[in-house]
Amino acid sequence: MARVSLKGVRKSFGTADVIKGVDIEIEDGEFVVFVGPSGCGKSTLLRMIAGLEDITDGTLEIGGRVVNDVAPKDRGIAMVFQTYAIFPHMTVRENVAFGLTIKGVPKAEKAEKVAAAARILQMEHLLDRRPSQLSGGQRQRVAIGRAIVRDPAVFLFDEPLSNLDAALRMDMRLEIGKLHQQLGATMIYVTHDQVEAMTLADKIVVLKDGKVMQAGSPMDLYHHPANLFVAGFLGAPSMNFISVDTRSVDNGLAMVANAALDPIEVATTGRDIRTGSRAILGVRPQYLVPSATPAEGMLHGKVTLTERLGAETVVEVGLNDGSRVIAAFGEDRILAPGTEIGLAFDPRQAHLFAEGDRP
Amino acid sequence: MAALSPGNQGVRLAVRYLVLILIALIFIFPLLFMLMNSLKPTEQLLADTSSLRAFLPVGDLSLDNYVDAFKRAPVGTFVFNSVLVTGVTVIASLFICSLAAFSFVFLDWVGRGILLSIILATLIIPFETIAIPLLLIVSKLPWFGLNGLEIGWLNTYRVQIIPWIADGLTIFLFVQYFKDLPSELVEAARVEGASWWQVYRRVIMPLSGPVLATGAILKFLVMYNQYLWPLIVVQEESYRPVMVGLGYFFQLNVAWGEVMAYLSLITLPVLAFYLALQRAFIASIASTGVKG
Repeated sequence: MARVSLKGVRKSFGTADVIKGVDIEIEDGEFVVFVGPSGCGKSTLLRMIAGLEDITDGTLEIGGRVVNDVAPKDRGIAMVFQTYAIFPHMTVRENVAFGLTIKGVPKAEKAEKVAAAARILQMEHLLDRRPSQLSGGQRQRVAIGRAIVRDPAVFLFDEPLSNLDAALRMDMRLEIGKLHQQLGATMIYVTHDQVEAMTLADKIVVLKDGKVMQAGSPMDLYHHPANLFVAGFLGAPSMNFISVDTRSVDNGLAMVANAALDPIEVATTGRDIRTGSRAILGVRPQYLVPSATPAEGMLHGKVTLTERLGAETVVEVGLNDGSRVIAAFGEDRILAPGTEIGLAFDPRQAHLFAEGDRP
Repeated sequence: MAALSPGNQGVRLAVRYLVLILIALIFIFPLLFMLMNSLKPTEQLLADTSSLRAFLPVGDLSLDNYVDAFKRAPVGTFVFNSVLVTGVTVIASLFICSLAAFSFVFLDWVGRGILLSIILATLIIPFETIAIPLLLIVSKLPWFGLNGLEIGWLNTYRVQIIPWIADGLTIFLFVQYFKDLPSELVEAARVEGASWWQVYRRVIMPLSGPVLATGAILKFLVMYNQYLWPLIVVQEESYRPVMVGLGYFFQLNVAWGEVMAYLSLITLPVLAFYLALQRAFIASIASTGVKG
């Protein structure tokens, strides 16, 4: 187990800057998830921690030791790849034991460690099979087993579940969560799936264009997004953004409205919002509720599309100012397109962003 | 589309087999011609060539031609020389060329792109153009052997082996194959603590069966059919390979029966080698088109 610390870490491929100065502190035993859209640099950052990519600038410390120029094998890490990367010509047992074989660990000790890993991952019956005889989930288990036996200080996972089908992905997600509890090791996990990020992480690091947008606990990021990108990236369906006029600002509260929105007071939470300026109101679809009676901050529009999911109904509403919002009602509702609808929300669940909060 | 009736399927199968048999016959005819005529006396052989009898075991059959072939030339020595030179070259070539390709594909070093281009460019240079310069070089090369320092490699096995070990085509084959292997396998092995040598030996080579077979067969054919090079660098009979040995049968009176017997004998190692690697060779050809 070990702390991992990145200070001013940069990566360039020729003239293209891929990682543009990243500072992250990862505590001992913490489960950290790097999340972001494709091309944000999350996998590159993980590969830099693994030692598979050089670090152009900055320092990387693992367990208090600067490891910028240390070979992957000497960093005390183990990595699980998206494509599993298990060796097709070896049995499961040989695959899991690969690192120990390379290290020259005595046979008895090796067998013991492989058996222990197999027990944790419930794959004792697979040990003598070849990878070609395994399902996707089983192969991923082998890859994790290979990481476990080496007893690394830091586990690195590079989108380990993205090649699995939806049901299996959920099972494996739960198992990885359990594994973290069981081993208590530092784990760094890369994904573009926000559900994985929200459910697994102690800390989420949201990346965009090689920069950290925000780092913090999942709920912190969900409830207090630092900017429009984080607000829009986390949560499904994503947060609604409504362009509003600021009528007045007083004591940390801004009175906002537009052609489709009745005036409402929303906290500015220290953002640069001034009277007369444009601002962006963010409300998650789950916090919009249909309201028949006029209320403060009511949104007026017409239903344009309804998706009934059984336990939930997702409704797209065309607002009177021409914009659209999505509302998610926690029940099954029948709403015909064209129906006039009023949507209300609790201003404490809303976020107000200045125009400059676009990263 | 309507399902094929069993009758229709039978006809299809029959046609398919007929075509395959015809193709097989085209390839088998020369071999059959050689084998059958090696058993016939020269007069009968010449008389039979204008008819189908040339392909049939009919008339006065005996192994006399084989006995005479052994009398005329040291066939055993020639075959031994060829098998030795070919075997050593094939093994050394697969080792050296795969190592070279490994470094081109997996290691990061300055100038590897340019060097690979130069190596690939050598593919278009015909051997005949470098034969004489190469002859001049090997004739002056030193060698530390059992007899101490010697100058000149002529009339040895090594002159037939060493210049042929590394070649652009084999390196190219390995480079292409290695590029198609998932890079994560190498990265995983590196993270697990494997040295580059261990990555080569434990991960890459065990997965390279098909390309090893292809490389081995191509190299085998080149080496076994060597004619020009051994002709100019080897004057002593004891180092001569089979193709140069064929010349023994075309001096003064040509005994076609003996020629056929000699050809039959020297074809045997090629057939044995091909049959041994056939499965892997076909797999390799197939794997270039189909993702597995």
